[in-house]
Amino acid sequence: MNTTYREAIRSALSEALESDDRVFLMGEDVGRYGGCFAVSLGLLEQFGPDRIRDAPLSESAFVGAGVGAAMAGMRPIVEIMTVNFSLLALDQIMNNAATLLHMSGGQCAVPLVLRIPTGGGRQVAAQHSHSLDGWFAHIPGLRVVTPATLEDARGMLATALADPDPVLIFEHASLYPMSGSLDDDAGPVDLDRAAVRRHGTDVSLITYGGTLPMTVEAATTLQDDGIDAEVIDLRTLRPLDEATVLESVSRTHRAVIVDEGWRSGSISAEVSARIIEGAFYELDAPVARVCSAEVPMPYAHQLEQAALPSADRVVAAAREVVGAHG
Amino acid sequence: MGEFVMPSLGADMTEGTLLEWLVKPGDEVHRGDIVAVVDTDKAAIEVECFEDGVVAELLVPPGTRVPVGAPLARFGDGAAAPAVAAPTPAAPAAPAAPAAPAVASPLVRHLAHTAGIDVSTVNGTGPDGVVTRADVEAARVAVPLPRPDTAAPGRRVPASPLARRRALDLGIAIDTVAGSGPNGSVTVADVDAAAAARNAPSTPEAEATHAEAPQQPPTPTVTVPAETSAADRNAAMRRAIGELMARSKREIPHYYVTTTIDLSAALSWMRDVNTRRPVSERLVPAALLLKASALAARAVPELNGFWVDDHLERCDHVHLGVAVSLRPSGLVAPAILDADILDLDTLMKGLRDVVTRARSGRLRRTEMTDGTLTVTNLGDNGAESVLGVIFPPQVALVGLGRIVERPWASGGMLAARPTVTATLSGDHRATDGHAGSRYLAALDDLLQSPEKL
Repeated sequence: MNTTYREAIRSALSEALESDDRVFLMGEDVGRYGGCFAVSLGLLEQFGPDRIRDAPLSESAFVGAGVGAAMAGMRPIVEIMTVNFSLLALDQIMNNAATLLHMSGGQCAVPLVLRIPTGGGRQVAAQHSHSLDGWFAHIPGLRVVTPATLEDARGMLATALADPDPVLIFEHASLYPMSGSLDDDAGPVDLDRAAVRRHGTDVSLITYGGTLPMTVEAATTLQDDGIDAEVIDLRTLRPLDEATVLESVSRTHRAVIVDEGWRSGSISAEVSARIIEGAFYELDAPVARVCSAEVPMPYAHQLEQAALPSADRVVAAAREVVGAHG
Repeated sequence: MGEFVMPSLGADMTEGTLLEWLVKPGDEVHRGDIVAVVDTDKAAIEVECFEDGVVAELLVPPGTRVPVGAPLARFGDGAAAPAVAAPTPAAPAAPAAPAAPAVASPLVRHLAHTAGIDVSTVNGTGPDGVVTRADVEAARVAVPLPRPDTAAPGRRVPASPLARRRALDLGIAIDTVAGSGPNGSVTVADVDAAAAARNAPSTPEAEATHAEAPQQPPTPTVTVPAETSAADRNAAMRRAIGELMARSKREIPHYYVTTTIDLSAALSWMRDVNTRRPVSERLVPAALLLKASALAARAVPELNGFWVDDHLERCDHVHLGVAVSLRPSGLVAPAILDADILDLDTLMKGLRDVVTRARSGRLRRTEMTDGTLTVTNLGDNGAESVLGVIFPPQVALVGLGRIVERPWASGGMLAARPTVTATLSGDHRATDGHAGSRYLAALDDLLQSPEKL
């Protein structure tokens, strides 16, 4: 079946709503407008206003309502329009969703799923374009996943709903129109392991979410230079699948981490540290990183493109660490 | 002057790993100075040099495994050396050269360097104001905070961790490899290329020579990682013990004689002495047994020495080897030098010292090679007797069991007495059972007059 990332998520939402009465979708413009990115288009008509709920413009209020509903036995899916807006709900996410199981001595789990579009590249400027996925990966008590393929867009939601603890699904907005073929019987996928998207022997390109397509493109370009690059899709930023990363780096002896987040204190910094801790004596070159420029995301197209990671920058970084081959 | 070679640190040692240099080119050294640390598979041993001179060149980098006798460094007479003895780069224009600091030994200089202490500022208390190890230790305590390692290293070659590991495995000095990686760093491919280049010039002739001399070690440098794992170290230790013991049993026709000795006189004398001493200075039975073992060797000198070239070489002094078990497994037998002339307190202190250092792996060369007779003392938790294996090239080994209270007939009366079963293992090439019996009789006699020990 030919489909898009957007349709794959809609299909997953639809299936979840059909199969479990406790599931409902709540967020800004998810109902009558069909979702800011048209992900939930048509669901209000299909499932009615009790289960597809338009929320007032208060992230703290509706994420808090989601936490409460989850504690009360529901299976809420709460959409936050962009990751920048999630900061308004950070208290609910970190101080409540992530901690209540612990604070209640194990009595109150919070089976909440948050869907959060993230990332730049669409000229919506410095308050709608950032990649803060890595920030949330800092918080114990949360699971943070970043679907970057049609299979993961289709399959991560069901597994997230089955998880007794809060799961944050970061959907990179540039991926929504991505099209391709998906098995008709595509179903739930695991949320534990990183995936090797391309096998290679010379350098491990490690990425997640919106930068996966450009990283695969970079690997193809590198092939023409005789550099055989492996591409790792982290898929889950917390808990991080360290084993897959270390196993890959132990074979290729070189690593380039591609992360749309800002470089300082980022998930790329964490991955780099894990590599240094776990595979230091396997490294044949310093770990390299391709991240966003440390500026508020510019509005102007050419400035925004210059600030974001690109396939060219990944290729250049890989050539640098591979050294004489390049 | 000459070459400084890998010393033999025990009869079982065929090769060793140079762990650490304590000197650098240009350093003045004196006979007896400790200049390097060598790993023998059993212990890290501080090795001294045997001549005065100036270090001209270090031939072997740390981490390299070389056969016994392979040159490690060249020493010169110092005439040409001062070129290297430049002022330290870190020193800010010093206010007129201070009076040359009393020369410290390389070990002392090394300790001072690692502690970040300038030797010239240390007050020497040794002969002629020489700075001693104790002075540096004292100075280190006096320094409020250990200075972070600010000393500029020489030329540090940028090399990847993998490249360094590979270079160590292949025995290639990393600073001889040209780097092609990021920032000119040495990559594993560069190391492999350098290794290939090194191995390339093997002409057919050279190979033929090799074939004719299969007994020669293949290459002078087989390297092992200096930091082997505990499991590897343990395996190496077991191998070394196995080789030595197999050689002993293969070459030495052992004979054994045994006797049981009444220790009531020795132990009651010891208890009596101990009641007048603070706990920390009290004697232990092992001190009496070792001293008596050393003195008995003087009484039967044909058991104290070495079997070399088919004849017995007797020794004038008694350097008493003491078998020390290591954790989790393993054995070394460092010697307490001149044990026959030490008083009991000094001997006991020496025993503690050598056991501590054996277990921390820092024994000295002479302790490992100069033992003339070894004692294996099973101690409180041991078995009642032990028939020991002789430590080549020595010609005898004394085995002492646990002290056991036994029924003892004496003067027609039966009593319970503390006793020890002593066994002498002798090399039948050097002596016969008669000598062993005389030794045990002498040991018995000595232990009946403990006040003379």
